[in-house]
Amino acid sequence: MKSHLLSAADLTHEDALLVLDTAEELARLADRPIKKLPTLRGRTVVNLFFEDSTRTRISFEAAAKRLSADVINFSAKGSSVAKGESLKDTALTLEAMGADAVVVRHHASGAPHRLAHSGWIRGAVVNAGDGTHEHPTQALLDAFTMRRRLNAGPGEHQATVGTDLAGRRVTIVGDVLHSRVARSNVLLLHTLGAEVTLVAPPTLFPVGVDAWPCVTSYDLDGELAKSDVVMMLRVQRERMAPAGGGFFPSAREYSRRYGLDGRRMAMLPDHAIVMHPGPMNRGMEIAAEVADSARSTIVEQVTNGVSVRMAVLYLLLSGASEGESA
Amino acid sequence: MTPTRSTSSTAGSASRPQTALSRTVLEAADISRALTRIAHEILERNKGAADLVLLGIPSRGVPLAHRLAARIAAVEGSDVMVGSLDVTMYRDDLRLKPARALERTDLPPEGVEGRTVVLVDDVLFSGRTIRAALDALGDVGRPGRVQLAVLVDRGHRELPIRADYVGKNLPTSAGERVRVRLEEMDGSDAVCIETVAR
Repeated sequence: MKSHLLSAADLTHEDALLVLDTAEELARLADRPIKKLPTLRGRTVVNLFFEDSTRTRISFEAAAKRLSADVINFSAKGSSVAKGESLKDTALTLEAMGADAVVVRHHASGAPHRLAHSGWIRGAVVNAGDGTHEHPTQALLDAFTMRRRLNAGPGEHQATVGTDLAGRRVTIVGDVLHSRVARSNVLLLHTLGAEVTLVAPPTLFPVGVDAWPCVTSYDLDGELAKSDVVMMLRVQRERMAPAGGGFFPSAREYSRRYGLDGRRMAMLPDHAIVMHPGPMNRGMEIAAEVADSARSTIVEQVTNGVSVRMAVLYLLLSGASEGESA
Repeated sequence: MTPTRSTSSTAGSASRPQTALSRTVLEAADISRALTRIAHEILERNKGAADLVLLGIPSRGVPLAHRLAARIAAVEGSDVMVGSLDVTMYRDDLRLKPARALERTDLPPEGVEGRTVVLVDDVLFSGRTIRAALDALGDVGRPGRVQLAVLVDRGHRELPIRADYVGKNLPTSAGERVRVRLEEMDGSDAVCIETVAR
Protein backbone atom coordinates (compact mmCIF):
# COMPACT_ATOMS: atom_id res chain seq x y z
CA MET A 1 0.00 0.00 0.00
CA LYS A 2 1.00 3.60 -0.41
CA SER A 3 1.76 5.77 2.57
CA HIS A 4 -1.53 7.70 2.32
CA LEU A 5 -5.10 6.78 1.44
CA LEU A 6 -6.42 9.69 -0.60
CA SER A 7 -8.43 8.05 -3.37
CA ALA A 8 -9.98 4.65 -3.97
CA ALA A 9 -8.07 4.72 -7.26
CA ASP A 10 -4.78 4.53 -5.31
CA LEU A 11 -5.62 0.97 -4.33
CA THR A 12 -4.54 -1.85 -6.61
CA HIS A 13 -6.54 -5.07 -6.68
CA GLU A 14 -3.93 -6.57 -4.33
CA ASP A 15 -4.03 -3.59 -1.93
CA ALA A 16 -7.81 -3.64 -1.78
CA LEU A 17 -7.91 -7.36 -0.98
CA LEU A 18 -5.23 -6.87 1.69
CA VAL A 19 -7.40 -4.23 3.39
CA LEU A 20 -10.55 -6.37 3.13
CA ASP A 21 -8.83 -9.56 4.36
CA THR A 22 -7.19 -7.69 7.25
CA ALA A 23 -10.57 -6.20 8.14
CA GLU A 24 -12.12 -9.66 8.09
CA GLU A 25 -9.57 -10.87 10.63
CA LEU A 26 -10.00 -7.74 12.77
CA ALA A 27 -13.80 -8.11 12.72
CA ARG A 28 -13.38 -11.28 14.77
CA LEU A 29 -12.09 -9.15 17.62
CA ALA A 30 -15.70 -8.26 18.41
CA ASP A 31 -16.22 -11.80 19.77
CA ARG A 32 -13.33 -11.54 22.22
CA PRO A 33 -13.54 -10.50 25.87
CA ILE A 34 -10.90 -7.80 25.27
CA LYS A 35 -11.77 -5.91 22.09
CA LYS A 36 -8.48 -4.12 21.87
CA LEU A 37 -5.07 -4.73 20.33
CA PRO A 38 -1.79 -3.12 21.44
CA THR A 39 -0.58 -2.61 17.86
CA LEU A 40 -0.55 1.20 17.62
CA ARG A 41 0.35 1.92 21.24
CA GLY A 42 2.12 5.24 21.56
CA ARG A 43 1.06 6.49 18.14
CA THR A 44 -1.18 9.48 17.66
CA VAL A 45 -4.11 9.68 15.25
CA VAL A 46 -5.65 13.10 14.69
CA ASN A 47 -9.22 13.35 13.45
CA LEU A 48 -9.19 16.64 11.57
CA PHE A 49 -12.78 17.43 10.66
CA PHE A 50 -13.57 20.67 8.87
CA GLU A 51 -17.08 19.43 8.16
CA ASP A 52 -19.61 18.01 10.58
CA SER A 53 -19.71 14.26 10.54
CA THR A 54 -20.67 12.16 13.48
CA ARG A 55 -20.59 8.64 12.12
CA THR A 56 -17.35 8.83 10.18
CA ARG A 57 -15.53 10.55 13.02
CA ILE A 58 -16.66 8.14 15.74
CA SER A 59 -15.97 5.22 13.44
CA PHE A 60 -12.37 6.35 12.95
CA GLU A 61 -12.12 7.14 16.65
CA ALA A 62 -13.34 3.67 17.65
CA ALA A 63 -10.98 2.07 15.11
CA ALA A 64 -7.93 3.97 16.38
CA LYS A 65 -8.79 3.29 20.02
CA ARG A 66 -9.23 -0.44 19.42
CA LEU A 67 -5.68 -0.44 18.11
CA SER A 68 -4.52 1.45 21.25
CA ALA A 69 -3.58 4.65 19.40
CA ASP A 70 -4.03 8.01 21.09
CA VAL A 71 -6.80 9.96 19.41
CA ILE A 72 -7.04 13.72 19.17
CA ASN A 73 -10.27 15.10 17.79
CA PHE A 74 -9.98 18.42 16.03
CA SER A 75 -13.15 19.91 14.68
CA ALA A 76 -13.23 23.21 12.86
CA LYS A 77 -16.16 24.54 14.84
CA GLY A 78 -15.06 26.59 17.81
CA SER A 79 -11.40 26.07 16.94
CA SER A 80 -8.72 28.31 15.54
CA VAL A 81 -10.04 27.49 12.07
CA ALA A 82 -13.21 29.41 12.91
CA LYS A 83 -10.88 32.33 13.67
CA GLY A 84 -9.48 32.15 10.16
CA GLU A 85 -6.48 29.84 10.47
CA SER A 86 -5.32 28.38 7.17
CA LEU A 87 -5.05 24.67 6.40
CA LYS A 88 -1.27 25.05 6.35
CA ASP A 89 -1.05 26.54 9.83
CA THR A 90 -3.40 23.91 11.21
CA ALA A 91 -1.24 21.22 9.60
CA LEU A 92 1.97 22.68 11.02
CA THR A 93 0.38 22.71 14.47
CA LEU A 94 -0.57 19.04 14.16
CA GLU A 95 2.94 18.18 12.96
CA ALA A 96 4.43 20.01 15.93
CA MET A 97 2.23 17.88 18.20
CA GLY A 98 3.58 14.71 16.61
CA ALA A 99 0.65 13.31 14.67
CA ASP A 100 1.45 9.92 13.13
CA ALA A 101 -1.72 9.89 11.07
CA VAL A 102 -4.20 12.59 10.12
CA VAL A 103 -7.73 11.58 9.21
CA VAL A 104 -9.11 14.55 7.34
CA ARG A 105 -12.56 15.59 6.21
CA HIS A 106 -12.74 18.85 4.32
CA HIS A 107 -15.39 20.68 2.33
CA ALA A 108 -12.88 21.38 -0.45
CA SER A 109 -12.10 18.62 -2.93
CA GLY A 110 -8.37 17.92 -2.89
CA ALA A 111 -7.62 19.19 0.62
CA PRO A 112 -6.29 15.77 1.80
CA HIS A 113 -4.08 15.61 -1.29
CA ARG A 114 -2.68 19.05 -0.48
CA LEU A 115 -2.07 17.98 3.10
CA ALA A 116 -0.29 14.79 2.05
CA HIS A 117 1.97 16.27 -0.62
CA SER A 118 2.75 19.73 0.72
CA GLY A 119 5.51 18.61 3.06
CA TRP A 120 3.69 20.25 5.99
CA ILE A 121 3.28 16.97 7.82
CA ARG A 122 5.18 13.68 7.79
CA GLY A 123 2.36 11.44 9.01
CA ALA A 124 0.01 9.35 6.92
CA VAL A 125 -3.05 11.13 5.56
CA VAL A 126 -6.39 9.34 5.32
CA ASN A 127 -9.12 10.99 3.29
CA ALA A 128 -12.38 10.82 5.26
CA GLY A 129 -14.32 12.71 2.60
CA ASP A 130 -13.26 15.77 0.62
CA GLY A 131 -15.87 17.97 -1.02
CA THR A 132 -17.58 16.15 -3.88
CA HIS A 133 -14.43 14.18 -4.63
CA GLU A 134 -13.81 10.95 -2.70
CA HIS A 135 -14.49 8.96 0.45
CA PRO A 136 -12.30 5.87 0.06
CA THR A 137 -12.91 4.20 3.43
CA GLN A 138 -16.66 4.30 2.75
CA ALA A 139 -16.06 2.47 -0.52
CA LEU A 140 -13.91 -0.10 1.29
CA LEU A 141 -16.54 -0.76 3.94
CA ASP A 142 -19.21 -1.03 1.25
CA ALA A 143 -17.11 -3.56 -0.67
CA PHE A 144 -16.47 -5.43 2.57
CA THR A 145 -20.21 -5.57 3.28
CA MET A 146 -21.00 -6.76 -0.25
CA ARG A 147 -18.34 -9.45 -0.07
CA ARG A 148 -19.66 -10.74 3.25
CA ARG A 149 -23.28 -10.84 2.12
CA LEU A 150 -22.80 -12.12 -1.43
CA ASN A 151 -19.75 -14.41 -1.34
CA ALA A 152 -20.64 -16.65 1.60
CA GLY A 153 -23.55 -17.88 3.65
CA PRO A 154 -24.44 -16.33 7.01
CA GLY A 155 -21.73 -16.91 9.61
CA GLU A 156 -19.20 -18.13 7.04
CA HIS A 157 -17.34 -14.84 6.80
CA GLN A 158 -13.97 -16.56 6.76
CA ALA A 159 -14.86 -18.08 3.38
CA THR A 160 -14.81 -14.62 1.82
CA VAL A 161 -11.09 -14.08 2.48
CA GLY A 162 -9.20 -13.64 -0.77
CA THR A 163 -12.34 -13.21 -2.89
CA ASP A 164 -13.23 -10.13 -4.92
CA LEU A 165 -16.50 -8.96 -6.49
CA ALA A 166 -15.91 -10.16 -10.04
CA GLY A 167 -19.06 -10.09 -12.13
CA ARG A 168 -21.28 -8.63 -9.41
CA ARG A 169 -23.70 -5.99 -10.62
CA VAL A 170 -23.96 -2.93 -8.40
CA THR A 171 -26.50 -0.19 -9.03
CA ILE A 172 -25.83 3.15 -7.34
CA VAL A 173 -28.83 5.46 -7.27
CA GLY A 174 -29.19 9.12 -6.41
CA ASP A 175 -27.27 12.37 -6.28
CA VAL A 176 -24.14 11.21 -8.11
CA LEU A 177 -23.21 14.83 -8.88
CA HIS A 178 -22.57 15.76 -5.24
CA SER A 179 -21.56 12.30 -4.02
CA ARG A 180 -18.02 11.43 -3.04
CA VAL A 181 -19.35 8.01 -1.99
CA ALA A 182 -20.45 7.24 -5.56
CA ARG A 183 -17.12 8.23 -7.09
CA SER A 184 -15.04 6.20 -4.62
CA ASN A 185 -17.34 3.22 -4.97
CA VAL A 186 -17.19 3.26 -8.76
CA LEU A 187 -13.38 3.30 -8.69
CA LEU A 188 -12.97 0.61 -6.04
CA LEU A 189 -15.72 -1.68 -7.31
CA HIS A 190 -14.21 -1.49 -10.79
CA THR A 191 -10.84 -2.52 -9.33
CA LEU A 192 -12.55 -5.46 -7.61
CA GLY A 193 -14.18 -6.60 -10.84
CA ALA A 194 -17.78 -5.51 -10.25
CA GLU A 195 -19.95 -3.90 -12.92
CA VAL A 196 -21.37 -0.61 -11.71
CA THR A 197 -24.42 1.20 -13.06
CA LEU A 198 -25.14 4.72 -11.90
CA VAL A 199 -28.79 5.78 -11.92
CA ALA A 200 -29.85 9.40 -11.46
CA PRO A 201 -31.92 12.13 -13.07
CA PRO A 202 -29.95 13.80 -15.91
CA THR A 203 -29.39 16.89 -13.76
CA LEU A 204 -27.61 14.92 -11.05
CA PHE A 205 -24.84 13.41 -13.18
CA PRO A 206 -21.48 15.20 -13.11
CA VAL A 207 -19.81 16.41 -16.28
CA GLY A 208 -17.45 13.73 -17.59
CA VAL A 209 -19.24 10.80 -15.98
CA ASP A 210 -18.94 8.95 -19.30
CA ALA A 211 -15.20 8.65 -18.62
CA TRP A 212 -15.82 6.78 -15.36
CA PRO A 213 -15.45 2.97 -15.46
CA CYS A 214 -19.22 2.37 -15.25
CA VAL A 215 -22.44 2.73 -17.21
CA THR A 216 -25.20 5.25 -16.55
CA SER A 217 -28.97 5.10 -16.76
CA TYR A 218 -31.98 7.33 -16.06
CA ASP A 219 -34.34 4.41 -15.48
CA LEU A 220 -34.22 2.70 -12.08
CA ASP A 221 -36.93 0.10 -12.80
CA GLY A 222 -34.98 -1.24 -15.76
CA GLU A 223 -31.88 -1.93 -13.66
CA LEU A 224 -33.36 -3.59 -10.59
CA ALA A 225 -34.00 -7.11 -11.92
CA LYS A 226 -30.32 -7.63 -12.79
CA SER A 227 -28.78 -6.04 -9.67
CA ASP A 228 -26.95 -7.92 -6.93
CA VAL A 229 -26.62 -4.72 -4.92
CA VAL A 230 -28.61 -1.50 -4.89
CA MET A 231 -26.92 1.37 -3.15
CA MET A 232 -29.09 4.38 -2.40
CA LEU A 233 -27.38 7.74 -1.98
CA ARG A 234 -28.60 10.48 0.29
CA VAL A 235 -30.45 13.22 -1.57
CA GLN A 236 -30.52 16.55 0.18
CA ARG A 237 -33.82 18.35 0.06
CA GLU A 238 -31.96 21.66 -0.30
CA ARG A 239 -30.88 20.63 -3.79
CA MET A 240 -34.52 20.90 -4.88
CA ALA A 241 -34.96 24.61 -4.26
CA PRO A 242 -33.77 27.10 -6.90
CA ALA A 243 -31.24 28.41 -4.37
CA GLY A 244 -29.80 24.91 -3.96
CA GLY A 245 -29.44 24.48 -7.70
CA GLY A 246 -32.97 23.36 -8.60
CA PHE A 247 -31.78 19.90 -9.60
CA PHE A 248 -35.24 18.33 -9.34
CA PRO A 249 -38.71 19.84 -9.16
CA SER A 250 -40.10 18.23 -6.02
CA ALA A 251 -39.26 15.65 -3.36
CA ARG A 252 -42.35 13.72 -4.37
CA GLU A 253 -41.31 13.49 -7.98
CA TYR A 254 -37.80 12.42 -7.05
CA SER A 255 -39.11 9.81 -4.67
CA ARG A 256 -41.51 8.41 -7.28
CA ARG A 257 -38.89 8.04 -9.98
CA TYR A 258 -35.74 7.26 -7.99
CA GLY A 259 -36.82 6.25 -4.50
CA LEU A 260 -36.57 2.61 -3.41
CA ASP A 261 -39.94 1.49 -2.07
CA GLY A 262 -41.50 -1.91 -1.40
CA ARG A 263 -42.71 -2.31 -4.97
CA ARG A 264 -39.26 -1.74 -6.42
CA MET A 265 -37.63 -3.93 -3.77
CA ALA A 266 -39.87 -6.80 -4.92
CA MET A 267 -38.32 -6.51 -8.40
CA LEU A 268 -34.84 -7.38 -7.05
CA PRO A 269 -33.43 -10.92 -7.26
CA ASP A 270 -33.84 -12.90 -4.01
CA HIS A 271 -30.19 -12.61 -2.98
CA ALA A 272 -29.87 -8.88 -3.68
CA ILE A 273 -29.02 -6.46 -0.89
CA VAL A 274 -29.89 -2.82 -0.27
CA MET A 275 -27.21 -0.44 1.00
CA HIS A 276 -27.11 3.17 2.15
CA PRO A 277 -24.10 5.09 3.45
CA GLY A 278 -26.28 7.08 5.85
CA PRO A 279 -27.65 9.33 7.09
CA MET A 280 -30.90 8.30 5.38
CA ASN A 281 -33.90 10.36 4.43
CA ARG A 282 -36.65 7.86 5.11
CA GLY A 283 -39.48 8.38 2.66
CA MET A 284 -37.26 10.28 0.23
CA GLU A 285 -34.67 8.02 -1.42
CA ILE A 286 -35.55 4.96 0.65
CA ALA A 287 -38.86 3.82 2.14
CA ALA A 288 -38.94 2.79 5.79
CA GLU A 289 -40.11 -0.73 4.92
CA VAL A 290 -37.01 -1.15 2.73
CA ALA A 291 -34.58 0.35 5.24
CA ASP A 292 -35.86 -2.00 7.95
CA SER A 293 -36.07 -5.12 5.75
CA ALA A 294 -33.78 -8.14 5.94
CA ARG A 295 -32.13 -7.07 2.67
CA SER A 296 -30.93 -3.83 4.20
CA THR A 297 -27.28 -3.80 5.32
CA ILE A 298 -27.37 -0.29 6.74
CA VAL A 299 -26.56 -1.22 10.34
CA GLU A 300 -23.95 -3.79 9.26
CA GLN A 301 -22.23 -1.10 7.22
CA VAL A 302 -21.65 0.89 10.41
CA THR A 303 -20.17 -2.12 12.23
CA ASN A 304 -18.03 -3.05 9.23
CA GLY A 305 -16.81 0.54 9.00
CA VAL A 306 -14.89 0.17 12.26
CA SER A 307 -13.17 -3.06 11.11
CA VAL A 308 -12.23 -1.59 7.74
CA ARG A 309 -10.86 1.61 9.27
CA MET A 310 -8.84 -0.45 11.76
CA ALA A 311 -7.35 -2.32 8.81
CA VAL A 312 -6.50 0.93 7.02
CA LEU A 313 -4.87 2.49 10.09
CA TYR A 314 -2.94 -0.72 10.82
CA LEU A 315 -1.64 -1.04 7.26
CA LEU A 316 -0.70 2.64 7.00
CA LEU A 317 0.87 3.01 10.43
CA SER A 318 2.48 -0.24 11.42
CA GLY A 319 5.06 -0.66 8.67
CA ALA A 320 8.36 1.14 8.55
CA SER A 321 7.99 4.37 6.65
CA GLU A 322 10.62 6.37 4.89
CA GLY A 323 12.66 8.56 7.21
CA GLU A 324 12.37 6.29 10.24
CA SER A 325 14.15 3.18 9.10
CA ALA A 326 15.77 2.76 12.49
CA MET B 1 5.23 2.24 3.55
CA THR B 2 8.14 1.89 1.17
CA PRO B 3 10.40 -0.87 2.47
CA THR B 4 13.60 1.14 2.18
CA ARG B 5 15.87 -1.35 3.84
CA SER B 6 14.71 -4.39 1.98
CA THR B 7 15.07 -2.50 -1.29
CA SER B 8 18.73 -1.89 -0.60
CA SER B 9 19.33 -5.54 0.28
CA THR B 10 17.59 -6.66 -2.92
CA ALA B 11 19.85 -4.37 -4.87
CA GLY B 12 22.85 -5.96 -3.13
CA SER B 13 21.77 -9.48 -3.99
CA ALA B 14 21.21 -8.52 -7.59
CA SER B 15 24.76 -7.33 -8.04
CA ARG B 16 26.28 -10.24 -6.11
CA PRO B 17 24.27 -13.46 -6.42
CA GLN B 18 24.09 -15.32 -3.10
CA THR B 19 24.08 -19.07 -3.16
CA ALA B 20 22.24 -20.76 -0.33
CA LEU B 21 23.81 -24.05 0.75
CA SER B 22 21.12 -26.25 2.19
CA ARG B 23 21.52 -29.41 4.22
CA THR B 24 18.67 -31.48 5.55
CA VAL B 25 18.83 -32.17 9.28
CA LEU B 26 15.43 -33.83 9.82
CA GLU B 27 13.70 -36.10 7.33
CA ALA B 28 9.97 -36.80 7.28
CA ALA B 29 10.41 -39.90 9.48
CA ASP B 30 12.45 -37.92 12.04
CA ILE B 31 9.76 -35.24 12.24
CA SER B 32 7.08 -37.89 12.68
CA ARG B 33 9.01 -39.59 15.52
CA ALA B 34 9.70 -36.26 17.24
CA LEU B 35 6.02 -35.32 17.13
CA THR B 36 4.97 -38.71 18.50
CA ARG B 37 7.42 -38.31 21.37
CA ILE B 38 6.22 -34.75 22.11
CA ALA B 39 2.60 -35.94 22.10
CA HIS B 40 3.47 -38.56 24.73
CA GLU B 41 5.45 -36.04 26.78
CA ILE B 42 2.51 -33.64 26.78
CA LEU B 43 0.20 -36.40 28.01
CA GLU B 44 2.68 -37.54 30.62
CA ARG B 45 3.37 -34.06 31.98
CA ASN B 46 -0.33 -33.12 32.11
CA LYS B 47 -1.61 -36.54 33.21
CA GLY B 48 -3.95 -36.93 30.26
CA ALA B 49 -5.61 -34.72 27.67
CA ALA B 50 -8.46 -33.30 29.75
CA ASP B 51 -8.47 -29.50 29.75
CA LEU B 52 -5.72 -29.44 27.14
CA VAL B 53 -5.83 -26.84 24.33
CA LEU B 54 -3.23 -26.94 21.54
CA LEU B 55 -2.76 -23.56 19.85
CA GLY B 56 -0.57 -23.41 16.76
CA ILE B 57 1.17 -20.16 15.89
CA PRO B 58 0.72 -19.37 12.15
CA SER B 59 1.81 -20.27 9.79
CA ARG B 60 3.67 -23.59 10.35
CA GLY B 61 2.74 -24.02 13.99
CA VAL B 62 -0.88 -24.66 12.97
CA PRO B 63 -0.41 -27.93 11.02
CA LEU B 64 2.02 -29.08 13.72
CA ALA B 65 -0.64 -28.47 16.38
CA HIS B 66 -3.15 -30.48 14.37
CA ARG B 67 -0.67 -33.36 13.98
CA LEU B 68 0.02 -33.37 17.72
CA ALA B 69 -3.72 -33.31 18.39
CA ALA B 70 -4.26 -36.31 16.10
CA ARG B 71 -1.52 -38.28 17.89
CA ILE B 72 -2.88 -37.38 21.34
CA ALA B 73 -6.39 -38.35 20.23
CA ALA B 74 -5.06 -41.71 18.97
CA VAL B 75 -3.43 -42.45 22.33
CA GLU B 76 -6.21 -41.17 24.58
CA GLY B 77 -9.17 -42.14 22.41
CA SER B 78 -10.81 -38.74 22.86
CA ASP B 79 -10.53 -35.52 20.88
CA VAL B 80 -8.30 -32.74 22.09
CA MET B 81 -9.09 -29.07 21.49
CA VAL B 82 -6.91 -27.44 18.84
CA GLY B 83 -6.78 -24.00 17.30
CA SER B 84 -4.54 -21.23 16.07
CA LEU B 85 -3.33 -17.96 17.54
CA ASP B 86 -2.08 -15.15 15.31
CA VAL B 87 0.47 -12.96 17.05
CA THR B 88 1.09 -10.37 14.30
CA MET B 89 -0.62 -7.49 16.10
CA TYR B 90 1.42 -8.17 19.24
CA ARG B 91 4.89 -8.27 17.66
CA ASP B 92 7.52 -5.79 18.82
CA ASP B 93 9.01 -5.31 15.34
CA LEU B 94 5.90 -3.97 13.57
CA ARG B 95 7.48 -0.58 13.07
CA LEU B 96 10.64 -2.04 11.61
CA LYS B 97 9.10 -4.00 8.76
CA PRO B 98 6.48 -3.38 6.10
CA ALA B 99 2.93 -4.08 7.29
CA ARG B 100 2.16 -7.77 7.34
CA ALA B 101 -1.08 -9.45 6.41
CA LEU B 102 -2.85 -10.98 9.38
CA GLU B 103 -3.12 -14.72 9.84
CA ARG B 104 -6.08 -16.54 11.23
CA THR B 105 -6.89 -16.85 14.92
CA ASP B 106 -9.18 -19.76 15.72
CA LEU B 107 -9.99 -20.50 19.31
CA PRO B 108 -12.00 -23.50 20.45
CA PRO B 109 -15.54 -22.38 21.32
CA GLU B 110 -14.99 -23.59 24.89
CA GLY B 111 -12.28 -20.96 25.31
CA VAL B 112 -8.97 -21.16 27.14
CA GLU B 113 -10.15 -20.03 30.57
CA GLY B 114 -8.49 -22.12 33.28
CA ARG B 115 -7.25 -24.74 30.80
CA THR B 116 -3.72 -25.86 29.98
CA VAL B 117 -2.67 -24.20 26.75
CA VAL B 118 0.18 -25.69 24.76
CA LEU B 119 1.56 -23.19 22.24
CA VAL B 120 2.98 -24.95 19.18
CA ASP B 121 5.51 -23.40 16.79
CA ASP B 122 7.99 -24.72 14.26
CA VAL B 123 11.22 -22.96 15.26
CA LEU B 124 12.18 -21.36 18.57
CA PHE B 125 14.80 -18.67 17.90
CA SER B 126 14.86 -15.25 19.59
CA GLY B 127 11.79 -15.99 21.70
CA ARG B 128 10.07 -12.80 20.53
CA THR B 129 7.25 -14.62 18.76
CA ILE B 130 6.48 -16.51 21.96
CA ARG B 131 6.50 -13.29 23.98
CA ALA B 132 3.97 -11.88 21.51
CA ALA B 133 1.95 -15.10 21.77
CA LEU B 134 1.83 -14.84 25.56
CA ASP B 135 0.51 -11.28 25.26
CA ALA B 136 -2.07 -12.34 22.67
CA LEU B 137 -3.14 -15.23 24.87
CA GLY B 138 -3.63 -12.88 27.81
CA ASP B 139 -6.16 -10.92 25.77
CA VAL B 140 -8.32 -13.92 24.89
CA GLY B 141 -8.58 -15.37 28.38
CA ARG B 142 -6.71 -16.57 31.45
CA PRO B 143 -5.34 -20.06 30.92
CA GLY B 144 -4.51 -22.12 33.99
CA ARG B 145 -1.09 -23.00 32.58
CA VAL B 146 0.81 -22.26 29.39
CA GLN B 147 3.40 -24.61 27.91
CA LEU B 148 5.45 -24.42 24.76
CA ALA B 149 6.16 -27.14 22.18
CA VAL B 150 8.52 -26.52 19.24
CA LEU B 151 9.78 -28.77 16.49
CA VAL B 152 13.22 -27.15 16.46
CA ASP B 153 15.08 -25.11 19.07
CA ARG B 154 17.94 -23.35 17.31
CA GLY B 155 19.21 -21.26 20.24
CA HIS B 156 20.14 -17.55 20.16
CA ARG B 157 17.45 -16.52 22.64
CA GLU B 158 16.95 -12.79 23.21
CA LEU B 159 14.37 -13.19 25.97
CA PRO B 160 14.11 -15.44 29.04
CA ILE B 161 11.89 -18.02 27.33
CA ARG B 162 12.35 -21.79 27.03
CA ALA B 163 10.36 -24.60 25.48
CA ASP B 164 8.74 -27.40 27.51
CA TYR B 165 8.80 -29.84 24.61
CA VAL B 166 11.49 -29.81 21.92
CA GLY B 167 11.58 -31.98 18.81
CA LYS B 168 15.25 -31.37 18.17
CA ASN B 169 17.90 -29.02 19.53
CA LEU B 170 19.81 -27.64 16.55
CA PRO B 171 22.96 -25.69 17.31
CA THR B 172 23.19 -23.04 14.60
CA SER B 173 25.17 -19.92 13.90
CA ALA B 174 23.29 -16.63 13.72
CA GLY B 175 23.95 -16.35 9.97
CA GLU B 176 22.24 -19.64 9.18
CA ARG B 177 18.57 -20.01 8.40
CA VAL B 178 16.39 -22.89 9.53
CA ARG B 179 13.68 -23.85 7.05
CA VAL B 180 10.85 -26.09 8.12
CA ARG B 181 8.86 -27.62 5.29
CA LEU B 182 5.56 -29.31 6.06
CA GLU B 183 3.45 -31.52 3.85
CA GLU B 184 0.29 -29.43 4.42
CA MET B 185 1.88 -26.22 3.13
CA ASP B 186 5.03 -27.13 1.19
CA GLY B 187 4.24 -30.59 -0.18
CA SER B 188 6.80 -32.52 1.84
CA ASP B 189 8.26 -32.76 5.35
CA ALA B 190 11.84 -31.67 6.06
CA VAL B 191 13.93 -29.39 8.25
CA CYS B 192 16.91 -27.80 6.50
CA ILE B 193 19.68 -25.48 7.56
CA GLU B 194 20.58 -22.96 4.88
CA THR B 195 23.93 -21.24 4.94
CA VAL B 196 23.90 -18.01 3.04
CA ALA B 197 27.29 -17.67 1.38
CA ARG B 198 28.64 -14.18 1.58
